[in-house]
Amino acid sequence: MKLYVRRRLVNRLALSLSVLATAFGLFWLAWLLWTLFDNGLRWINLRLFTESTPPPGSQGGLANALVGSGILTIAGVAIGAPAGVLAGTYLAEFGRTSRLGAAVRFVNDILLSAPSIIVGVFIYALIVLPTGHFSGWAGAAALALIVLPVVVRTTENMMRLVPDSLREAAAALGAPMWKVTLRVVYRSALPGIMTGVLLGMARISGETAPLLFTALNNQFWSTDMTRPFPNLPTVIFQFAMSPYEDWQHLAWAAALLITVTILAINIVARVLLRRSRA
Amino acid sequence: MSAKQPMSAPDPVKASGVPPAPSATATQEISLHPAASVPASAPAPKGQPKVEIRRLSFFYGKFQALHDVDLDIQDRQITAFIGPSGCGKSTLLRTLNRIYELYPGQRATGRILLGGSNLLDREGDVSLLRARVGMVFQKPTPFPMSVQDNISFGVGLYEKLSRGEMEERVQWALEKAALWSEVKDKLRQDGTALSGGQQQRLCIARAVAVKPEVLLLDEPASALDPISTQKIEQLLSELRKEYTIAIVTHNMQQAARVSDYTAFMYLGRIVEFGDTKTMFTKPAHQQTEEYITGRFG
Repeated sequence: MKLYVRRRLVNRLALSLSVLATAFGLFWLAWLLWTLFDNGLRWINLRLFTESTPPPGSQGGLANALVGSGILTIAGVAIGAPAGVLAGTYLAEFGRTSRLGAAVRFVNDILLSAPSIIVGVFIYALIVLPTGHFSGWAGAAALALIVLPVVVRTTENMMRLVPDSLREAAAALGAPMWKVTLRVVYRSALPGIMTGVLLGMARISGETAPLLFTALNNQFWSTDMTRPFPNLPTVIFQFAMSPYEDWQHLAWAAALLITVTILAINIVARVLLRRSRA
Repeated sequence: MSAKQPMSAPDPVKASGVPPAPSATATQEISLHPAASVPASAPAPKGQPKVEIRRLSFFYGKFQALHDVDLDIQDRQITAFIGPSGCGKSTLLRTLNRIYELYPGQRATGRILLGGSNLLDREGDVSLLRARVGMVFQKPTPFPMSVQDNISFGVGLYEKLSRGEMEERVQWALEKAALWSEVKDKLRQDGTALSGGQQQRLCIARAVAVKPEVLLLDEPASALDPISTQKIEQLLSELRKEYTIAIVTHNMQQAARVSDYTAFMYLGRIVEFGDTKTMFTKPAHQQTEEYITGRFG
């Protein structure tokens, strides 16, 4: 009986400690969101979406940076995600036990944890230096390199979740391996793979370090990917550090917009995944 | 490969009851699988054997799971494989359509003759083999697509059918699997949304739709409720008129109910093989009797 009381006490103690730990984490997150909304919400207005970033002391918006970030993110995903899905497919279906598969998996894990600033410097040396100037394409390439390992990992995991019995069933009908993969495995794993792509997208839509070395920024409206390219993270970086109040306000608004966007992408990804599990 | 002719030549000799040429390792084993030498359990060669298994051994890496199996599977009859877990009955079934080849490190030696040619022959086209030898698994495995697409998936691998022809084939296969009346209004619904028993019959329909000659069933009812099981069993006795069926089952009553021939396996060998009635009433081997009556296994 004494043992039982003790066990209950330990249980309660462990439970309250974990609740406390959860609360600790959530507290900072809530504070962060609160600060963002508190400082950013009042600067959200229509002009943000119609006008480009202003010179100090004058009125303006974030239209160029918003569109620029959108283009950079989509270009990064468009370059990185297909390669990632194919590599993940190789790992899950063909290179499961092979030595090459193990090597690819290991390298991918390194890339996954590589600091994004290293990726930026790498693309700087690879594209910016030879071409002689910063450009949107360099930015997209850097972002693609960050998306790649995320998508490789989630694709492999999601395809591994598809039971082998399904592959056997398709193979038992005489379907060749590629058809089994394309028509049965992809079909089952699609929501998961899409989730991975979305999470990769969320990841890069706030990346700043790799853009500083590659796309840099552009104060004016531009959709020319061969030139320095406007984007939100660098705007936040430059404007928040500036002494001008107008710029600081725009930085708050931009920070709020990015956060809300990433939150939205994450929610969509979760819903997508949950719907596929149901 | 031109070796097909000489390979099939010695079979009539073996089939006619002459004991297989003993090899160094096989001499002691012969007493363990006396299907050919013990008259009481030897199958009366009523029909023609559809599949002739000769000296089949199977390896998972270094582990040998089947030892020199000899067995005839009769045309348009149901042959059941029974035996305790790990005896090799599923392994045996999985050699018949070479599905084991999906996994590196698994290999089979010996010969399995289907219509006179050795299906283990590496040169043989495995897709065409699987068109002739269909398989249904223990757990229902509907593809994540509509009921209709589940069935047309396999058919489309071998035949170019018009829309109308495909719809006819889908209906035909679903009727064969006794599922048509239940799903005829749900053809566009996802196959995974059906009940477990329906899913398994969908899998049978999918296998039948390709028009195979042989159907392999690996414990097809073990994940199903009694009513679904009963439906599957009725279905089998119906399908037996047109297809050669090999079924693995853990359920002794099921083997006794549905099969014409039964093979009792233990430790990778066929202990006894004969017509089901004899096997379940007068088994020649004590081990068989003990297993069937539930005293071992």
